[in-house]
Amino acid sequence: MIPGSFEYHRPPTISDAVGLLVSFGDDALILAGGHSLIPMMKLRMAVPEYLIDLQDISSLKSISVEGDQITLGAMVTQAELIASSALSEKCPILQTTSLQIADPQIRNVGTIGGNVANGDPGNDMPAVMQLLDATYTLVGPNGERDVKARDFYETAYFTERADDEILTAIKFTAPAAGHGSAYEKQKRKIGDYATAAAGVVLTMADGICTSASIGLTNVADTPLWAEASAAALVGTSVDEPAIKAAMDAAKAIADPAQDSRGPREFRIHVTGIMVQRAIQQAVKNAQ
Amino acid sequence: MQKLDIKMNINGADVEVNVDSRTLLIHILREELNITGPHIGCDTTHCGACTVDLDGKSVKACTIFAGQANGTTIKTIEGMANADGTLHALQAAFKDNHGLQCGFCTPGMIVRAYRLLKENPNPTETEIRYGISGNLCRCTGYQNIVKSIQVAATELSQQEAAE
Amino acid sequence: MNEQAPISRDERVKKLEGLGSSRKRVEDVRFTQGAGNYVDDIKLDGMLFGDFVRSPYGHARIKSINTEAALAVPGVLAVITAADLKPLNLHYMPTLAGDVQAVLAEEKVLFQGQEVAFVVATDRYAAADGVELVEVDYDELPVINDAFKAMDDDAPVLREDIQDKMEGAHGTRKHHNHIFNWQEGDKEGTEKALAEADVVVEEMITYHRVHPCPLETCGSVASMDPITGKLTVWGTFQAPHVVRTVAALITDIPEHKIRIISPDIGGGFGNKVGVYPGYICSIVASIVTGKPVKWVEDRIENLMATAFARDYHMTGKLSATKDGKITGLSAHVLADHGAFDACADPTKFPAGFFHIVTGSYDIPVAHVSVDGVYTNKAPGGVAYRCSFRVTEAAYLIERMIDILARKLDMDPAEIRMKNFIKKEQFPYNSALGWEYDSGDYHTALEQALKAVNYDDLRAEQTENRAAFERGETRSLMGIGVAFFTEIVGAGPVKNCDILGLGMFDSCEIRIHPTGSATVRLGTISQGQGHATTFAQIVASEIGIPAEAITLEEGDTDTAPYGLGTYGSRSTPVAGAATAMAARKIRAKAQMIAAYMLEVHEGDLEWDIDRFQVKGNPELHKTMVEIAFAAYSLAVPGLEPGLEAVSYYDPPNMTYPFGAYISVVDIDVDTGVADVRKFYALDDCGTRINPMVIEGQIHGGLTEALAIVMGQDISYDKHGNITGGSLMDFFLPTAVETPTWETDFTVTPSPHHPIGAKGVGESPNVGGVPALSNAVHDAFAHKGLTHTQMPHDHWRVWKTAQSLGLTG
Repeated sequence: MIPGSFEYHRPPTISDAVGLLVSFGDDALILAGGHSLIPMMKLRMAVPEYLIDLQDISSLKSISVEGDQITLGAMVTQAELIASSALSEKCPILQTTSLQIADPQIRNVGTIGGNVANGDPGNDMPAVMQLLDATYTLVGPNGERDVKARDFYETAYFTERADDEILTAIKFTAPAAGHGSAYEKQKRKIGDYATAAAGVVLTMADGICTSASIGLTNVADTPLWAEASAAALVGTSVDEPAIKAAMDAAKAIADPAQDSRGPREFRIHVTGIMVQRAIQQAVKNAQ
Repeated sequence: MQKLDIKMNINGADVEVNVDSRTLLIHILREELNITGPHIGCDTTHCGACTVDLDGKSVKACTIFAGQANGTTIKTIEGMANADGTLHALQAAFKDNHGLQCGFCTPGMIVRAYRLLKENPNPTETEIRYGISGNLCRCTGYQNIVKSIQVAATELSQQEAAE
Repeated sequence: MNEQAPISRDERVKKLEGLGSSRKRVEDVRFTQGAGNYVDDIKLDGMLFGDFVRSPYGHARIKSINTEAALAVPGVLAVITAADLKPLNLHYMPTLAGDVQAVLAEEKVLFQGQEVAFVVATDRYAAADGVELVEVDYDELPVINDAFKAMDDDAPVLREDIQDKMEGAHGTRKHHNHIFNWQEGDKEGTEKALAEADVVVEEMITYHRVHPCPLETCGSVASMDPITGKLTVWGTFQAPHVVRTVAALITDIPEHKIRIISPDIGGGFGNKVGVYPGYICSIVASIVTGKPVKWVEDRIENLMATAFARDYHMTGKLSATKDGKITGLSAHVLADHGAFDACADPTKFPAGFFHIVTGSYDIPVAHVSVDGVYTNKAPGGVAYRCSFRVTEAAYLIERMIDILARKLDMDPAEIRMKNFIKKEQFPYNSALGWEYDSGDYHTALEQALKAVNYDDLRAEQTENRAAFERGETRSLMGIGVAFFTEIVGAGPVKNCDILGLGMFDSCEIRIHPTGSATVRLGTISQGQGHATTFAQIVASEIGIPAEAITLEEGDTDTAPYGLGTYGSRSTPVAGAATAMAARKIRAKAQMIAAYMLEVHEGDLEWDIDRFQVKGNPELHKTMVEIAFAAYSLAVPGLEPGLEAVSYYDPPNMTYPFGAYISVVDIDVDTGVADVRKFYALDDCGTRINPMVIEGQIHGGLTEALAIVMGQDISYDKHGNITGGSLMDFFLPTAVETPTWETDFTVTPSPHHPIGAKGVGESPNVGGVPALSNAVHDAFAHKGLTHTQMPHDHWRVWKTAQSLGLTG
């Protein structure tokens, strides 16, 4: 498995990187951790003429937690997300989810920006960003713009990002203190994509669910923000009927294809089970 | 075809190579520098046979381009033995506890275990199993690998305490 | 006369590190330092690299191949196609099964991934660029990927090259896609037994297509020296001498001018028994270019094109009395061999040793019939960590006997106990013609049941089922019992050969004057630790420490001729050769010692590491002393030196056995089957190195887990392989792999010089039914008789759903 030839660039700033993207046009691709792109290049399913490596752009590597405002630079790795105590205190679902991605070596290299930007429905972070209602910052020749994670994904590998834009940061408001969260992922083995996965963040007050948000991974061409599924919990004690309603609502929007993880019917079923288990775990984790 | 000058420090020695920009780190090591301990088992980041320690992190050298590796410090199995030439505690433990059979996964496995024990000097069995979950072995069923890492962890803690 | 203070006999034994010692492996000093030397580590001056253009289709006609653009790539030196090989008569090569296989496709491609052209370039990057630019124009043809449809009247002809050749290597072919029918046993007698039985169970049991997938893929480096005319090939060869002979037969290069070297091999498990187009193409390319040429496949190519295993559709019928005594067994197998019959089996046995299918049971009459067919799948059919088709046989009988137990409402352990061949029946002649050498099955299973507290497990299961019914748990507990008998150590030359070469093996021992030794074998380790364990055999036989013995294998210029390492044959055959060669050494040493001690040979007795005078052990000569004397004393009537060679033709196979018990917990909502416990009792006869044996069992069980729970090489209706990369093909990590418990009994083989039987493959043979039976057992109370492997999440969930458990 040998990639095709390309010209390698390692710009020092975002504007330099955008400049390169503009000048190379469609023939350039951005290289973050590379653990999605490089295998595609080795299979020659991706044959860019130019690769623009973002690793020298230090501003993309910061994790900022100010009050309840969290900003993640696009080049922050999964391993760095896991290691951040500020994040695990404010928003533990990031850590829970990161630990379910690939394996230790890949998490050392794989970045949050790459995970959310490349549009692979198998990636775990997009659904989490949708349930957190995160905003992606895109920088292009015409400056900076923000796109909601919930509006970002069009279909598999196609997103709102224009070819000459770089996803530089992910911003979101941390869920309320005392919230509970969970990310449940069924997979065949370490390193696998999800048969189905569900992330849940919810808050409980006096035994009643006061807010909830649910995201689903790898059960459609895009990540899914399961609005109705979450709504089924709010105002309930998260009892069996409420969970059942949430499961049904999630299954209703799941639209997976058959793959070697199983037929469509099974993957829809597992979607429900993952939602159920993530809700139960999130309730346990809530204060 | 773009050629790049790549400088790295590998196992304590500064090296410089001039390679095509598309050259993968594993091929720089194996083909250009004759460092053949890291192996190629899958090419798709699943098997971990190519694992090296890069700037203090375990990575899979089959999925890193030359340019990305420029300026890094790398340790491979060839640089694992102690300065006096004796086996590192992990190498000795793998040998003493039958932690390998065909030996093909072993360089990647030991280099990964080395970093795991730096990050977590006293791991539980479960932590070890998750810690080496990016490295496949087809021969041992992992049982004696886990045991070897446990033995090495104890040995390294004792060495540390003695210092 | 012996200057040193005497050490105890125990200490002397210990110093040898011989049989029974958990000697640390000598190989590991190199491997732990990255100093292994695998085929892709080999670099020669001017070495080129070859890479394949492969078929994207399962079945298609090649209209044209245009190599122009590829040849224009800088660094690409040649593109070899069938048109280049045909004049050399190398476009087809013989397979181990008496068929031929296309080296490069000529008119048609018959499976996805088939080799079409070989691009030779200065390095692997240029070669890959060349591969991209070879233009092949295809016309797609209808695909057969279902073995049951291969012999339909309107099935397309797959093998046009042998379309008119209805006499195959194993008899008459009855259809253009038929390969052979092979039968053994008493058909009429079996039909009678089935007709007259109280109870008969019947099931179609598929053992799905899997792949050995060693961590190192296959590869070779061929170097033809244009001056001497000598061809040297390094490669991933489990049988280097066989490769040499095949190379001589097909290239016209005399065999003494061919040197085959197996360097370190990164796991084989059967994958590296076959002869592959890559080997041939690297040789041809080296001859054409005058430079060394390397070929190393990548993982996707490995899973697509080099030898698969299993793909047996087995219909079993088992009859019994109403109290559970088995009266007869019939089995019909539809064997999917893919596009070429490249099975690695002894010539006379196109279904390998499948007729060990009566297993560990005293079954009075049996019959098997196997039909091999061609399909649009990759060729192969190797013994993936088992002896030839033994794991298929063990799976069939161990599933069938569970199904019978269920039908009779008997416990799986009880029905096995009732039908076991009894200890006093050995040597036992099976209904299908084997002579089992030794066994004590009742003791082994009793020990196993006791070790796992079997009755407690069953009680726990009863409680689990009640709790499930009460809605308190969504998890079902399954207990899998399997008892297997392997047949390994192929094999006696009278009925075992490959390409006409008898399946003996060999050992040459040279004792050096100062008492160390070099030992050479016809086998080749792929991780089994031969350098460690075979030295232990020699150490015990001739009394010099294992550490003073260097073992060499894998170089045909130096090693004696042998048939290689697969089918657990190294210990039974080469291990025996080693002991026999050592005994020749000892016999000569006894004559030398007698001369040195001035006594009659008959007055001497062997004691650990020396010959001593009977009744006067103070008078002795150690083997080290004798070794020097062999090179320094003129002993009347004896040639100088101390060397021996043995070519061992085993009188029989060996029959290792074992009792495995597993416990799984199945989450009916997700289909996840979690292996909670696995206990493996193995009896491999005399145990050479317990540490190495346990390691082999751990590894084999992990492969069994992979096969049962997920591995699956399948094809879609267009002939595309699905699951052909490590994303999908299940190789468990340390997280999915449970902790294995091992145990043993020792029933030596009566005919093997040291009583050893071989063990490397037992855990795969026994592990698969033990795990599959556990999954079935979890649902047995709901009426499940059988469901096909793999028991991956969705299939297990489907089973639960079909039984109404998923709510």
